[in-house]
Amino acid sequence: MASAKRLRIKTLAMILAMVVCANAGDLLLKYGMAQIGAVELTAHGISQAFRLIVTSTTIWLAIFFLIGFMVSYMTVLSWADYSYVMPAGAFGYAALTFLAVVYLHESVSPRRWIGVALICVGVLLVGQTKPRTTEVPSEVAA
Amino acid sequence: MYVHVIVGLAVLILGSTGGEIAITHGMKSVGEPARLRPAAVLQFLRRAVGNGWFWTGVPLMALSFYALLLLLSWAPISLVIPASALSYVAGTLGAKFILGEDVSIARWAGVILVCIGVALVAAG
Repeated sequence: MASAKRLRIKTLAMILAMVVCANAGDLLLKYGMAQIGAVELTAHGISQAFRLIVTSTTIWLAIFFLIGFMVSYMTVLSWADYSYVMPAGAFGYAALTFLAVVYLHESVSPRRWIGVALICVGVLLVGQTKPRTTEVPSEVAA
Repeated sequence: MYVHVIVGLAVLILGSTGGEIAITHGMKSVGEPARLRPAAVLQFLRRAVGNGWFWTGVPLMALSFYALLLLLSWAPISLVIPASALSYVAGTLGAKFILGEDVSIARWAGVILVCIGVALVAAG
């Protein structure tokens, strides 16, 4: 059925956007805060950190990606099952591990590789199922 | 394990799961955007932020985040983050019994593998 195939492609594309935005947002936020350095917990320290945060391009870019994550998450949940989107989104953990190995040359423990393998098999299993199992409300479908 | 850590974990897991289920229910009642174009998505977002279930979900997720901050001050991160992977199981139970989604054997098997996998990755 063409519409079933379309639904699957649209759902997987939106989950991919979700994962990319969440990972990019988290990494940029971490990078931006590291540039600012440890925040001193005094009135002066906090106000100075606040000024540095609101003027940091990296932090604004991070916020932009995190908003992108929230928008794609809300959009995909408007048609797909929560029990499909939630486990499929865990693909992000596996992707982060690969990125850490390739770009940051981090060493990864065997336990973590087993976790990555389990996530990949789990996401493939969930991906085989129908993205939507509940009824479309008639007023929305019309 | 101390009682407050168990209560904190329960708030963390039930808060995030409850919040996401409320948001899912809200988005389903809002209905999907007519087209995946900026104008249609903006119109969808306007309807979404006017939905009561969305505003039920957001504070629950915030509560879960505060529980996480508290837990990290009480218990080692190597316990807290892998334990939070249980939210995959809690979320699937909620999807089945609250949202009425049809969770097949294959989907359950996938969820359990993802749950164990995330716990292992988080444990490092």
